[in-house]
Amino acid sequence: MQQIGIENFLTLTAILFSIGLSGIFINRKNIISLLMSIEIMLLSININFVAFSALLNDIVGQIFSIFILTIAGAEAAIGLAILVVYFNNRKNISIEGASQLKG
Amino acid sequence: MNFTLLLFYIFSIITIASSLAVVTTRNTIYSVLFLILVFFNVSGLFILLNAEFLAMLLIIVYVGAIAVLFLFVVMMLNVDSMDLKKQIRPFLPILIMISITIFGEIFLFEKISMIENYQISTSFPINQNISNIKSIGNVLYTDFILPFQISGAALFVAMIGAILLTLKNENKQTAKKQDIFKQISHNKANSIELVKVESGKGINI
Repeated sequence: MQQIGIENFLTLTAILFSIGLSGIFINRKNIISLLMSIEIMLLSININFVAFSALLNDIVGQIFSIFILTIAGAEAAIGLAILVVYFNNRKNISIEGASQLKG
Repeated sequence: MNFTLLLFYIFSIITIASSLAVVTTRNTIYSVLFLILVFFNVSGLFILLNAEFLAMLLIIVYVGAIAVLFLFVVMMLNVDSMDLKKQIRPFLPILIMISITIFGEIFLFEKISMIENYQISTSFPINQNISNIKSIGNVLYTDFILPFQISGAALFVAMIGAILLTLKNENKQTAKKQDIFKQISHNKANSIELVKVESGKGINI
């Protein structure tokens, strides 16, 4: 940690988070790419937690990173299950048709 | 430039390039494969940060489970490749502007918050004499036992939800589905019945 510096990690995670966020805007026809963008955003938060854990010499950052990993796995499973049901009903995975899911 | 910094730059440049490829590639299978590359490089970054257990967990959980799940769904759904260029062209300037703004704001916050003499009390310091997985286990199963159990419950709920959503049983109705014809053919004649109830006897339904 002393050789790399926290600024490099923070810049990297900021770039990764921006890429993930712009991926949500770009991929409007494909919900799978949208879920992958969310995974990238969660991963950048994980890097931030672990970098500060190494900087402050505190183990809690890594513990929280494990919890975020767990929730990301649950979210991916549920999202893909919803996606499979959605594809069976509509025969495409465009996000524009998702406005009819209400009620 | 020392060797660790060189490794950091290699890992982070590959991470950024392949995550850009994830969000811009037209073929979804290539996108998932680039996502796997992102996970491998981030696990290399975690090893540079002395978080070996988390690096291995990233490879096991993300590459071994989540990315394979993505790949499985992509191959099962047989989605045709989309014309991405045509659909993002109308709002490409706004997109670039929003991304650069968000990146600039995060960067600015980091620059502001970089105070030199910070005083932060470390509640669970890392003991350098024992291994990383041992020090995680010492804290995770004692002080963080309640969040640990709750995350297990969250995984259980996710498992039940995924099974319930995708299970198809022709005989028994497992999940409630909307039958539009049944709804609109519902009228007063076949739903309401007037029954004369005699006192003291009740009715048979």
